[in-house]
Amino acid sequence: MVKVNFIDHSGTSRPVDVEAGATLMEAAIRNAIPGIEAECGGACACATCHVYVDEAWRAKTGSPTPMEEDMLDFGFDVRPTSRLSCQIKITDDLDGLTVTTPERQA
Amino acid sequence: MSDAIQTDVIKTDVLIIGAGPCGLFAVFELGLLDMKAHLIDILDKIGGQCAELYPEKPIYDIPAIPIVTGQGLTEALMEQIKPFGPTFHLNEMVETIEKIGDPLFRVTTDAGQVFEAKVVVISAGGGSFQPKRPPVPGIEAYEGTSVFYAVRKMEQFRAKELLIVGGGDSALDWTLNLQPIARRVTLLHRRDDFRAAPHSVDQMRQLVAAGKMDLKLGQVTSLEGEAGQLTGAIVKGTDNESFKIDCNTMLPFFGLTMKLGPVANWGVRIENNLVPVDTQAFETDIPGIFAIGDINTYPGKLKLILSGFHEGALMAQKAHRYVYPDKRLVFQYTTSSSSLQKKLGVN
Repeated sequence: MVKVNFIDHSGTSRPVDVEAGATLMEAAIRNAIPGIEAECGGACACATCHVYVDEAWRAKTGSPTPMEEDMLDFGFDVRPTSRLSCQIKITDDLDGLTVTTPERQA
Repeated sequence: MSDAIQTDVIKTDVLIIGAGPCGLFAVFELGLLDMKAHLIDILDKIGGQCAELYPEKPIYDIPAIPIVTGQGLTEALMEQIKPFGPTFHLNEMVETIEKIGDPLFRVTTDAGQVFEAKVVVISAGGGSFQPKRPPVPGIEAYEGTSVFYAVRKMEQFRAKELLIVGGGDSALDWTLNLQPIARRVTLLHRRDDFRAAPHSVDQMRQLVAAGKMDLKLGQVTSLEGEAGQLTGAIVKGTDNESFKIDCNTMLPFFGLTMKLGPVANWGVRIENNLVPVDTQAFETDIPGIFAIGDINTYPGKLKLILSGFHEGALMAQKAHRYVYPDKRLVFQYTTSSSSLQKKLGVN
């Protein structure tokens, strides 16, 4: 199991255990993390699983693909650290990953 | 009963609200039982979420079809229901449903169209697709006067100082179409990369290079103006510095989101944004109005396309009683029934 920490916009921290191979979005939905809606169910077809990746983890999570960037256009308050959590696959390397959920998705 | 246009009212056996996969397959099940259907959808295309959200994405859980895209599924369903000649009314939103008979419903849309149907089927998925509202504080105060999410009449924007926001086809198309008639057009996008068709982007860049319009990069953080009249937008640029764009009209194009929307006003019982139905016929609390697919709820409900197909089949059995109260329904298989095969045009 990999530990991932979701911090909401007010600063509340919610650590969860995730199986490697799942996406970060799936981890959020399974653990009922508030602030992740995932309207399209993980098809990279909306922007309602938007998160900000903690600066220290950006190199490991990588940067968005062009398709993900296109979808991020629909997100709100998009920042350089923005990602769609359905496009981040959890690996053992990401143990300790910290992300923040935006104030709202849509 | 066949379709008959009387004054402006469209009369039909069944009116299906929502042209996603479940609404489309309902046409098939209704058609086998001799019921004609009209379909209304708020989108400008057929296929619902399959067409709007994931046309290119594969679906793996349609029985006997190991893999199909949203677009592929829509096309296959259209082929399957062709023998039943459904009529589509796209770009229309149902506003009201009124019970005028037993059962007979008068349904009106935002395009002013009136329908009279013996049966109404709500297959509205997650509700209606509506434009996303950017989270700019106080934007509501400008909506309808200075902020618009769609262009109905281009003339409305003649001589305006326009701020168009977004990087997709809607934003670029309206930039190019309105630039000749607006006083000034500024296109704002969060990055210097556009999803829109490359030739639109090229045209836009040519206009910028010729000094005929402006392109700015950033995201709107607040609006300035009074009494619904916009005077400018404050934008956080890519360098995090804020600047102001003067404008008296803003057109944000941030895609669509699903909202329950008008379904809540149609008179059927709603629970947690879903329509409760029975599991014999997937009928709502109003006899003659059914709900199938993602929009309904009942014990054990799974939001799967295959569930919606099943619900449509059972719905059609009950709908038959309303449309043909005096006819006895004999259950038949398409594999063996010559009358069903005739309807399908295969015999």
